[in-house]
Amino acid sequence: MSAVRSVLYAVGLPLLLLAAWWVATADSESPFNPPLSEILATFGPTWFSGDTFADTRFVQDILPSLGRLLVGYAAALVVGIGLGVLIGAVRPLREFAEPVLEFFRAIPPPVMVPVLMLFLGVGTSMRVFVIATGALWPILLNTVEGVRGLDPVLQDTARAFRLGRWGRVRRLMLPGASPQIVTGARQALSIAIILMVISEMFAARDGLGFSVVQFQRSFAIPEMWSGVIMLGLLGVLLSFVFRIATGAVLAWYHGYLQAQRGGA
Amino acid sequence: MTAPTGPTGPTGPTSPTSPNRPMLDVRALRKVYTGRGEPVEAIEDLSFDVAEGELVCVVGPSGAGKTTLLRCLAGLLPATSGEVALAGTPVTGPPQGMAVVLQEYGRSLFPWMTVVQNVELPLKEKGVPRAERARLVGEALEAVGLADVGRSYPWQLSGGMQQRVAIARAAAYEPQVLLMDEPFAAVDAQTRFELEDLVRALWQRLGVTVVFVTHDIDEAIYLGERVLVLSARPTVILEDVRVDLGAERDQLDTRGAPEFARLRTHVYELVQQAKQGVRSLADARLTHAG
Repeated sequence: MSAVRSVLYAVGLPLLLLAAWWVATADSESPFNPPLSEILATFGPTWFSGDTFADTRFVQDILPSLGRLLVGYAAALVVGIGLGVLIGAVRPLREFAEPVLEFFRAIPPPVMVPVLMLFLGVGTSMRVFVIATGALWPILLNTVEGVRGLDPVLQDTARAFRLGRWGRVRRLMLPGASPQIVTGARQALSIAIILMVISEMFAARDGLGFSVVQFQRSFAIPEMWSGVIMLGLLGVLLSFVFRIATGAVLAWYHGYLQAQRGGA
Repeated sequence: MTAPTGPTGPTGPTSPTSPNRPMLDVRALRKVYTGRGEPVEAIEDLSFDVAEGELVCVVGPSGAGKTTLLRCLAGLLPATSGEVALAGTPVTGPPQGMAVVLQEYGRSLFPWMTVVQNVELPLKEKGVPRAERARLVGEALEAVGLADVGRSYPWQLSGGMQQRVAIARAAAYEPQVLLMDEPFAAVDAQTRFELEDLVRALWQRLGVTVVFVTHDIDEAIYLGERVLVLSARPTVILEDVRVDLGAERDQLDTRGAPEFARLRTHVYELVQQAKQGVRSLADARLTHAG
């Protein structure tokens, strides 16, 4: 009963919005704002038709986009968590690095695209780099915050039982900071998706962002809209995967929070 | 050695005549906190030793630097001057043979680990082989009466049970010295009695040397073979009180014994005097003659 209800709650608003869109555009004559029915009709053919499966836009554009996204995001995770633990754990380093980090965080990542094009050209490495550098900051800063905020009693305990440097990282800092790390990684995922699209709007040969721009320039307006919907769907899918992946990591944390609320 | 009160000056050695070598040797320990503002002298001068296998309690008025002392003993806090030695080796960082149980049980257990993982962690770090680890963890949890909750997380347990887990972790570590910092201050009174008996039982079974810091006078006398009474800060030792209540203690009989009452009165008066700023036994005005 409650499962049915939660499903209804989850899909209710999307269905309502789609219905509103459908009704509002049903009689639309505007070439830029075609009826939703027309957009949905082009959705399948646009992305999944081709002589062979390998010729479809799904393989030609979406998979390269996703590949760059995942590589860039993974690099941001590795560098962000690694550096974050280091900076969070070493106080002089933190005081030394923090103003600079704040500066870099304040730079909107898309502005780096034209700059990086100068250095890295317009190839895959530029796009991956843009995604990685943009997604890095929320992960890095949240990791620093998480490691810094570790309970001093817990740190004393780890020291008293002689946990080595690596033991402290693995058994104290990473799990202890994991709630903040996950928060940062979630923000970073949205940023990475945005940067994936933006980086493909400059001198690209493939990709989702490239496809949307190409459709727009060739006045394939329903196809363009279908690209926007595809991006939205991908975002939902990725955040769903993210939730599954982090759910196990943070299972203890949710129980812990609940216990504290109940006990307080 | 039946005389419970041996006058000890603030700097005088207070070692009991014991056939065993001192397990813990504290010499002229001084700790001054220097940070922003005025330096604060927490510990002026502490010297005492604890024989192997002894159970010593430390009491004093609140703010007497008890926790500072314990952190210095544990190697978590460097002393300003003086020396702490564990089995003859100076303590410069947390030493191998020492385990701690802290007051904040809710914050000293790793919330992302199950009870078994928490108890096992120091053993893993120590490099104890897996089979041996399993045995030690099982025995320790058995000893504290938590054999059946190994797979639970600490936050799923009551406060008293969490502190049992912390005790099990310390016991499984097989330390030479077990340091306990007001471990039962935050558990309810009935649980506290059970845990006191648990500490006595573990101490007798493992033959470990225990330093037990508490603000509770009754608890100190009930548990200890000796009670160190501290002055207010900057801390010195007011008196090293010997407790002759026998090896077997019982919450009803021991606490009802005339000797217990006498010691309680004596230590209570000392702590009251300490609160008023008395810094040596000679200056203490004790109205109830011991």
